[in-house]
Formats: sequence, structure tokens, C-alpha cells
Amino acid sequence: MTATTHRRDYSLTGEEGKKAVANGLAGAQWYACPIPRKQMKELMARSDQPAIRDTILWFALILAAGALVVATWGTWWAVPALIVYGALYGGAADSRWHESGHGTAFRTRWMNDALYQVASFMVLRQPTVWRWSHSRHHTDTIIVGRDPEIAVPRPPDILGIFLNLAALKSGTKELAGVVRHAMGSLDPEVRTYVPESEQPKVVREARIWLAIWAGVGTLSLLLHSWLPLVLVGLPSFYGAWLYVFFGLTQHAGLAEDVLDHRLNSRTVYMNPVFRFLYWNMNYHVEHHMFPMVPYHALPKLHAAIKDRCPPAYPSTLAAYREIVPTLLRQRKDPGYHVKRELPPAVAAREAALMAGAAA
Amino acid sequence: MTSNVKEWVEVCDADEIEEEDVIRFDHRGRTFAVYRLEGDDYRATDGLCTHEQVHLADGLVMDGIIECPKHNGRFDICSGRAKGAPACVDLKTYPVRLEGGKVLLGLD
Repeated sequence: MTATTHRRDYSLTGEEGKKAVANGLAGAQWYACPIPRKQMKELMARSDQPAIRDTILWFALILAAGALVVATWGTWWAVPALIVYGALYGGAADSRWHESGHGTAFRTRWMNDALYQVASFMVLRQPTVWRWSHSRHHTDTIIVGRDPEIAVPRPPDILGIFLNLAALKSGTKELAGVVRHAMGSLDPEVRTYVPESEQPKVVREARIWLAIWAGVGTLSLLLHSWLPLVLVGLPSFYGAWLYVFFGLTQHAGLAEDVLDHRLNSRTVYMNPVFRFLYWNMNYHVEHHMFPMVPYHALPKLHAAIKDRCPPAYPSTLAAYREIVPTLLRQRKDPGYHVKRELPPAVAAREAALMAGAAA
Repeated sequence: MTSNVKEWVEVCDADEIEEEDVIRFDHRGRTFAVYRLEGDDYRATDGLCTHEQVHLADGLVMDGIIECPKHNGRFDICSGRAKGAPACVDLKTYPVRLEGGKVLLGLD
């Protein structure tokens, strides 16, 4: 492949977005593995119980880690306590934000909405803005100029990825957005995917967040201690490393502008602790292909479709063994990407079907 | 409204739709979603989500609500009312009746 250093326009208001629309890549029909309706209904079935159990456990762990932080504050023992607290608060909130945003965590709607608001604050993502941004991510996954959630545009900004381990780029951008929105002025990119009827919510939520942060900041001042801010607010930054670590496995280094999630997403086998923290989002091909399947049913969905998909990565380490060299190479050769191979029999059958449809 | 119906179109046998389920029905270039709620309560709406034109027949029917399979847009099946983001525009509903074990869809 010829090396090219050309950087594409990843903004939603630029030329690439117009090209994507002209080329039929926006709001397009995506490949989906065939699954009998009866089985699909079983997979999509909602339940409150798994998410209630997991949410109680999650908050209990956060409270325990927070108690450790308070107990060890002022000593070096506070450092490991903060790492754990931050990972649980800022890191694991990402997957809770995500699942409840899809409305699939619980059967009961208000529970999804409540968890979504709380987790959005913890992970520092404006609830209404990111609900719509994520909707677009699912419509136009890794379509350049359309998807607002391409984590690693090419050529990759390696320094930016490292800074984002503490949300220093993403978090500060989000903070600036919150301040702007609280003043009633919407970001032009946000206007491209948040409908007008929803825009007042963006302003209202930003003002509520500022009020909460002001309250916590005031408490810190009154107590002459950083502790309140370290427990509420700052964990969104120092705990971000966990969701960056998980999140990079989703799409980094894979194809852009394809209409098949098997080619632009990764399914990675992870251990039970990771799967608890990440709420099974390691089954990412499955999640994108069928977003209404709850997190607790994704292993079953994986079993149902894996024969039609490229092999899952055997571990997180295996995924990173591919991601790291790919991103390093893309710094000089942005056109390079990992090409996921479909099982040969599946590829042949689908090629024959495509040929038949074209004839 | 039934009074506006100009024709009744046969969709399928009544038992072809399970309770709390939906099927897709295409007719003269239009697509519909035909639902069966509890018992013999059959309903119909436009077939595509008003958010991003996804077929609702691939979605989930739960407690009288249809959820779009792509973005969780939710609609009240009986009224067609959008129940919140990302669905903001209501669905059009159509009358349905049973006759001789068949589901009939009323079109205006």
C-alpha cells in the first residue's frame, strides 16, 4: 500500500461528511447476521434483576473505595485507594452510561434514565449531547465526517491518547462545552446531531452540573481540603484511564467507511472482572450489530453469530498486540488499517449472495 | 380512524403473529408494522421509525411499546406517540380488524 500522510476531515461539518452522504454511507443499510425472530426476541428480552444486582455491587464498591480514600487521606496509602476509586467511579461509569443510554440495562425505564443521568455525570459526558452523539455513532459507525465518536482518527494522536488517560483532552473539551452550554450557546457540531427540541435540555443539564461542581468546590473551600473534589468531580479525570484502556479495543486501527461491523469493530474475550467493569462491551461486534440486546445477553448473542464473524481476540493483551503497532504505523501511513477476515466459507457465501443480488 | 378507511387489506393469518410481537407488512410500496398485543388486540403503525427510517418489525414489543431495534426510539403502539429521545415524531397508526381468522389492515 502506498504510504500517505493525508489527514481526512473528521469534523461533522466538513467535506468528508458531505462525501459520505453522496456516497450512500450515511444512514446506510448495514450487514446483520441472520437470527430467527424467536431467538432474537429471547435475546432482546429485558430484565431488571441483573442490572439491579450489578448496580448495587458497583455503588457498594465505590463507597468502600471512597471510605478507604477518606481513611488513608494524607498518607501514601491514599494513592492505591484513589486508583481503585477513580477506576470504579470514572472508569466503570462509562459502560453504565453506555448501557443505560441504550435503554437496555433495566426493563424499567426510569431506572435506565436515573442510571444514565448519574453515570453521565460520573464519566463527564453531557447526557443529552452524548445520547444523540451515540445515536449517530450507531447509525454511521466509523464513517468519517459522520461519526462524532471516532476515538482514534488517522494519523493517530498518540500524545492525545496518553493525555486522555486522565481525560486531559477529552475532559477539558467537555468542561468547555458544559460552560458554553450553561451560557446558552450551543456548539455548532452539537447542533448537527441534537434536534432543536432537545437543545433546551442541553442547557439545563449544563447548569445543573455547574451548580453541583460549585457546591462541591465550596465544600472543599470551607473544609480547607481537596477531599470533596477528589471524591466528586476529579475522579472523572483520574479514573478515565480504565475506559480508555477498554474503549481503544472497540474500533482503533480497524477499517473506516465500511458497512459491516465485523470489519470495523472488535470482539475481545475478557476476564470476569473486566467484563463486570465493562458490562460486556467487549462483545462489541455483537453490540453494534444488535444494539437492543442487553449486556447480560451478549455472550449468548456471540455464541449465536460467531461462526459468521472474524475470530474473537483471545485476550485484551492480544487485542493490544494488534492495536499498538497499527496505531504507530498509521502515524506515517494513515491509509493503513487492520483488515478483519471473515471465515472463508462465510465470505464465499456472502460474495455469492452479493453477486446474485447484483445480477 | 376507521371512518377514513378506503380499503381493507389482508395481512396474514391471525395466528401468524405471536402475542407481544410485530411483523413487517409491505403493500404497494409502503411498509407497515402490524402488532399483536395481549390476546386478540391487533394494531398497526407505519413500519419505519420516524427517527432514522429503521424497520420497527425488527424491534421489541414490551408493555404496549415498540422499541426501534437501532436506537431505542420508543412509541406507544396504540396511539403512535413518540415516548422520548431519539424518537421525537409520532408514528401514524392504522385500524386493524380480524375477519375469518385473517388480520386486515385499514388504509386511507
